[in-house]
Amino acid sequence: MSQQLGALGPDQTAVAPTRRKWRVTRALLRNPMAVGSVVTLAVMTLLCLLAPLITGHDSMYSSVDHVNAPIGTEGWLLGGDAQGRDMWSRLLASISVSLTAALIGTGVAVIIGVVFGLVAGYVGRTIDSIASWVFDLVLALPSLLMLIVLLPVTRGSYQLTMMLLGIMLSPGVYRLVRNMVIGIRRELYIDAAKVAGLSTWRILTRHVFFVVRGPIVIQAAFIATICINVQAGLAFLGVGANTPSFGSMISLAFTNLYGEPIQLVWPTLGLVALTGALILFANAYRDALAGTTTAARRRSRRALADVVKRADEAAPTTEKPTEKALLTVRDLRIAYPRSDGSLNEVVHEVSLTVDSGEIVGLVGESGSGKTQTAFAMLGLLPHEAVVSAKELSLGGRPLLGLTPTELRELRGPDLAYIPQEPMSNLDPSFTVGSQLVEPLRRTMPRAQAKQRVLELLARVGIPDPPRTFHSYPHQISGGMAQRVLIAGAVATQPKVLIADEPTTALDVTVQAEILDLLRELQHELRMGVLLVTHNFGVVADLCDRVVVMRDGRDVETGEVRQIFHHPAHEYTRSLIDSILDEETVRTDAPASRAKEGVR
Amino acid sequence: MNHLLHIDGLRLRYPGVGFRRRMPEVLKGVSLHIEAGETLGLVGESGSGKTTVGRAVLGLARATGGTITFDGQDITHLPAGRRRGDAREIQVVFQDPYTSLTPALQVRGILTEPLIAQGIARADAERRVSSLLDRVGLPKDSADRFAREFSGGQRQRIAIARALALEPRLIVCDEPVSALDLTTQSRVLDLLIELQRNTGVAYLFITHDLAVVRHISHRVAVMYQGEIVETGPAATVTTHPQNDYTKRLLLAAPTADPEAQAERRAARQALLRRTRTPATT
Repeated sequence: MSQQLGALGPDQTAVAPTRRKWRVTRALLRNPMAVGSVVTLAVMTLLCLLAPLITGHDSMYSSVDHVNAPIGTEGWLLGGDAQGRDMWSRLLASISVSLTAALIGTGVAVIIGVVFGLVAGYVGRTIDSIASWVFDLVLALPSLLMLIVLLPVTRGSYQLTMMLLGIMLSPGVYRLVRNMVIGIRRELYIDAAKVAGLSTWRILTRHVFFVVRGPIVIQAAFIATICINVQAGLAFLGVGANTPSFGSMISLAFTNLYGEPIQLVWPTLGLVALTGALILFANAYRDALAGTTTAARRRSRRALADVVKRADEAAPTTEKPTEKALLTVRDLRIAYPRSDGSLNEVVHEVSLTVDSGEIVGLVGESGSGKTQTAFAMLGLLPHEAVVSAKELSLGGRPLLGLTPTELRELRGPDLAYIPQEPMSNLDPSFTVGSQLVEPLRRTMPRAQAKQRVLELLARVGIPDPPRTFHSYPHQISGGMAQRVLIAGAVATQPKVLIADEPTTALDVTVQAEILDLLRELQHELRMGVLLVTHNFGVVADLCDRVVVMRDGRDVETGEVRQIFHHPAHEYTRSLIDSILDEETVRTDAPASRAKEGVR
Repeated sequence: MNHLLHIDGLRLRYPGVGFRRRMPEVLKGVSLHIEAGETLGLVGESGSGKTTVGRAVLGLARATGGTITFDGQDITHLPAGRRRGDAREIQVVFQDPYTSLTPALQVRGILTEPLIAQGIARADAERRVSSLLDRVGLPKDSADRFAREFSGGQRQRIAIARALALEPRLIVCDEPVSALDLTTQSRVLDLLIELQRNTGVAYLFITHDLAVVRHISHRVAVMYQGEIVETGPAATVTTHPQNDYTKRLLLAAPTADPEAQAERRAARQALLRRTRTPATT
């Protein structure tokens, strides 16, 4: 079977990733840096291949008549060197040697590095430990010295030397591949491939290698430049057999520096063009993989600056404080600049209000813009977001166009926030207590702040407040972490609390406890709460009013009972209908029995 | 005793990091069975070990005790090579449709790969792609696109089609609808039920969502801290639970009706007072 797989392999890989490959190729073709470097490399390769046709003499042929012959001598295009050899012919031979050296060295490094990297990363355990140890050892060897010391073994052959260099450079590739493979080894699609019965070989060559191949190309280009430079360097030092090389040409030209300085130019130019082309190609390839180019980045930055300027000019004049609701949002729009400079509006004219002592649910499916809306109120949107509104105010104070300092003064005493992922919102390097005390220090001395935090922790139902106070975030559970964040949010007795899916990451039993806690605290502190959620059970449990969002618009606003029992908007109705019914339990018999009955 | 899948006293402890370090036992003697064509809902909270049961059945986690019997054959410690041969019988649909489909292949490749791995000729495998797509309700031209071009619900349909490709007799569904929006969720569940009626496949349906479990399961097993605490017909377990933990779990799930939820909340708080369970979070 494995033979059959082998036969099918290349054919399939040729068909499957075409589109992606074309995307990268197209991106490369659009990039002048990539085109230039590839053309340079191609021309150099072509010259090497045509060398016998376009040179008059062998690179080793020495003519006493042509010692230091000037440029343009009949049959000696670039003249002769100090030993009367054809510079043009030697230059082409040097390019050829450099390219061969690069191919051998890079080939060896990449093959060894990729094979061991894939296996060690994927299999792990003992193989990984042994392989990593060996490669670390190779990495620790001084490679240039080793190459010189091993001259008796290689007998000066630059091909063998480059093979050795390839081995010395393989740890870089190994580390890169291994680390990336470890990163994707736990991906579900690898598990799915195992379950589908794919062999380890197939998983490695198709699914794992696909992810690592891009970075390998980049790394290989850099390794190629190292090989070329080391080969030239060794030849410059006169180490190794007497093959034509940039290194030996430069070395010879050095001895002739005062007489014929022009002789130094040709090998130097060749070396720079070759290594430069490789490095520029690697950069262009990296950009193509990432889907950006430096030029495009610059363009979008310019476009962004324009957009922001325009938005600033169009910003509404802040209105007089109104006494209607605690938190008022009227016709909120949020847009993001596209790469061509136009604006992509994601939230369109959303309006809502939150009164004190009221819990408002902001409901919608993923992508409906509910979190964007909540973040706009908190001033937490990324700064390229363009926010505008007829009104966005808290207790009569406008929230738009505040300076960071003003916003910071507002958050805390007036506006608090509970995030979805409690764990990622606690800093792992500080204790829970110190993170809670810090914001309180603005208004009270440390000892008092600590006392207050301990009270708060007890209030949010943490069994042993002093212990939790001194714990680090990784030492407490997700439910505890959410309690801690709630304690932090209500520490300053805010007027409005914005909770973004506060229980989505938690288990149902924990969720119920957190909801109880939120209800109690809301009641106690008479806060207005804006609860962003997609869970209608949570809405039914907690909310007084509901705002339903879809595709960035508020489609319906109403009392919670009305929304559940008499939804006015068609979309709300379809949402309510798709809630899985509590009463209906699956009643049909298992399929096999039903089938047997039919037959 | 002719169950399709029979798990008896399954124990599992993940290998520890470093020398001689013992990890806590994740499964402490789990026993359950699934009949052909039946859905067993496996309910539990995070850390209860429900996903590990699924991984053990799939051969992705190594059992340290007990046996897993599939169709009369012991598959607990099947070597990887043998397992591959039997793979077509047990398939999987994972929770996260974004990471469970390979970025390397187009949908066509994703669907034919398991078939080709089982030794089916490439042309035959290709021919089955459109009927598979049809069965999960995806347009035929999906075959030439990459998974990343699809939405969450569509991706989950692709994952279901991949699981169906080998015509398995058991599919382990590990939270297959948890990452989906409400409307998508009910459509995918209906698709799973329809496929079961048509093909007679059995599901081991792992989830934390009781509403989902009620909707799709014939029988339900409730897991808590590595053990099955209650098992029985779906109607019985979800309406008249015997075990205190099951009761708490049921009452904790908020229902989408303000009045009913107020009642449920009161009932839960009464239960908590009665059983005096400390607030353990």
